[in-house]
Amino acid sequence: MTTAEATEPTSVLTDSGVFVPGPGYDVPGTVERYRDSFNRTLRDELNRDADVFIMGEDISGGFDRDTLEPLDAWGGPFAATKGLVQDFGPDRIRDAPISEAGFVGAAVGAALTGLRPVVDLMYFDFVTVAYDQLLSNAAKSRYMFGGQTKVPLTLFARSGGGTGHAAQHSESFYSMLAHIPGLKVVVPSDPYTVRGLLAAAIRDDDPVFLVNDKKLINEVGFAPDESYELPLGKGRYLKHGDDVTLIGMSYTSVVCKQAADALAEEGIDAEVVDMLCLSPFDEEIIVESVKKTNRVVIVDEDTPRASMASEFAAIIADKAFDYLDAPVKRVTGPHTPVPYNKGLETAFMPQPDDVVNTVKTMLGV
Amino acid sequence: MRLTREKLHWLYETMYRIRRFEETMLEQTFRGNAMGVTHPSDGQEAVPTGICAHLTEKDWIGSTHRGHGHCIAKGLDTKAMMAEIMGRYTGQCKGKGGSMHIADFSKGMLGANAIVGASVPLAVGAALTAKYRGLENESVGVAFFGDGATSQGVVHESMNLAAIWKLPVIFACENNQYAEATPAWYAVSTDDIAARADSYGIPGVQVDGMNVFAVYEAAEEAIRRARAGEGPTLLELKTYRYHGHFHADDPKKYRKSDEEEEYLERDCIQHFERLVSQQNAMTEAELEAIRDSIEQEMQEAVDFALNSPMPPIEELYSDVYVNYSNPLVGLR
Repeated sequence: MTTAEATEPTSVLTDSGVFVPGPGYDVPGTVERYRDSFNRTLRDELNRDADVFIMGEDISGGFDRDTLEPLDAWGGPFAATKGLVQDFGPDRIRDAPISEAGFVGAAVGAALTGLRPVVDLMYFDFVTVAYDQLLSNAAKSRYMFGGQTKVPLTLFARSGGGTGHAAQHSESFYSMLAHIPGLKVVVPSDPYTVRGLLAAAIRDDDPVFLVNDKKLINEVGFAPDESYELPLGKGRYLKHGDDVTLIGMSYTSVVCKQAADALAEEGIDAEVVDMLCLSPFDEEIIVESVKKTNRVVIVDEDTPRASMASEFAAIIADKAFDYLDAPVKRVTGPHTPVPYNKGLETAFMPQPDDVVNTVKTMLGV
Repeated sequence: MRLTREKLHWLYETMYRIRRFEETMLEQTFRGNAMGVTHPSDGQEAVPTGICAHLTEKDWIGSTHRGHGHCIAKGLDTKAMMAEIMGRYTGQCKGKGGSMHIADFSKGMLGANAIVGASVPLAVGAALTAKYRGLENESVGVAFFGDGATSQGVVHESMNLAAIWKLPVIFACENNQYAEATPAWYAVSTDDIAARADSYGIPGVQVDGMNVFAVYEAAEEAIRRARAGEGPTLLELKTYRYHGHFHADDPKKYRKSDEEEEYLERDCIQHFERLVSQQNAMTEAELEAIRDSIEQEMQEAVDFALNSPMPPIEELYSDVYVNYSNPLVGLR
């Protein structure tokens, strides 16, 4: 299968651009967990390109003291890389010490000199430990060196609350990465999108950060068997509707869909936009939807100040102001760290009910 | 140690080229022709020269904010460097990087880097590429960094990574004894930076960085080890910068003049001249011919830069991404 064919999964998206999970596909595929799609895509890319290698903490996990062979005891956090070291060896599935700045920097150096590193940063919060290497080296090298080089680096990590990982393992600060010129940020929301976006990220010549919300990792959905790319920078509709636009990203796309289903039972027809990419992001789909529904709620698990939700609200104010029948509303985490206690943590995260209530208030029902 | 005539010629030519480039660049900076800050490295010429004498274009170096000497020793074109410092379109980076971000990937130069210590993992990554491809014997990574960078975590992380993965890296610590205005005796917990190599299980060697032959000899062994797959080496090269931290900095505010005089007496270029003269290895006429040719090169570099166009405004927007389906060109 060629890449050109793979980039056009038209049989998966319907003519209207709506992705409808369930029967009716004419491509062979599997219903599987998000993590399985992720793992399978890493395997595809390792097979496709000998310059691709993976580096991170415990991505195989453990070595036999006598034979020095990797044990694959962990297979990566949340088993993202399970089974890969047996087939590709410890040079391509390179277990790294707890040294994020060092190995992200080394990955940038490897990318500058011709390899295509894929870095597992474990928890999204650990971005800050390696932030200088991302900001000052990965994202700026091409520009400050006048376009003479490229940095084909992919990074991924787990974001979000909901698993009791507390303040330092539950961040969703997408905007801290999307803010960086030169870096791309993608936020898949199901097995189908993580498979297409991870392949596209690894094959892309720019540094790309792919964020996996922990709440998605065991979610089940359909993913085609064959390898394919989804375009970086394009959102999708999860549902068409006329009354209000709900904009989600990563797991909040699932929240928006659940809210839309609940609203449908009350006769409110919500449209759901799943952003999929935060830099570049799909301005057109936001503006197109808001022009149609005239109302919008943006749902983001990140804290609200200088967030993606704020950025989308600014774009709507700039490009669709005359079409708005109600103020733009944001449903986000509060301006606090993520708490540990289950009740507090649940209150931190945007819930479908929060979205439903915001929409009903907006509509005056 | 035996050096070929060509190598001897190259060492002198390279040191002198760096010296005159820095002096010329400073003069142009004070005339207002540079567009920003510049960090001269004159005084330290023996270090990049003695190390890069062993490298080819397939080897990679990472550099610092004080990077002109590294660039020149790695074979970068002084015209394109001068034009870059003057912000011109013909500059090494189209005028978009400036003095602190000169790079030439075709010459194995990963870029000057203005975050102290930040280029060290890049050189480790270049060495990782070499090892990944089984090409350690023809491609090593050299990380140049100063005494100030030895206080940066990422430098230590890089040494640990290179040591555990046995990567072909040379950690070249240019200890010029001042991080900006702060002396190493205050900021570094040891007066033997090379000894820190012990904690990573790699060789560490203190070298007289004012003596190009000493640097050459130490680098030869470090690079031999790297190419043979024996892993990294830390070289601490004791050196001195004649000027301040940046062009407008007056080092007399924080350095004693007897210290400056001591190093001026040990100047690497004069030391070279004395030695080759004593040993009849090069004649004064040969040395003079090199100096004359460099003078002409510097004049040509300045003329080239001053007569070069500025980058067009469109360059503001290009080179951010290789491909971006939705470029933001500013909200105005």
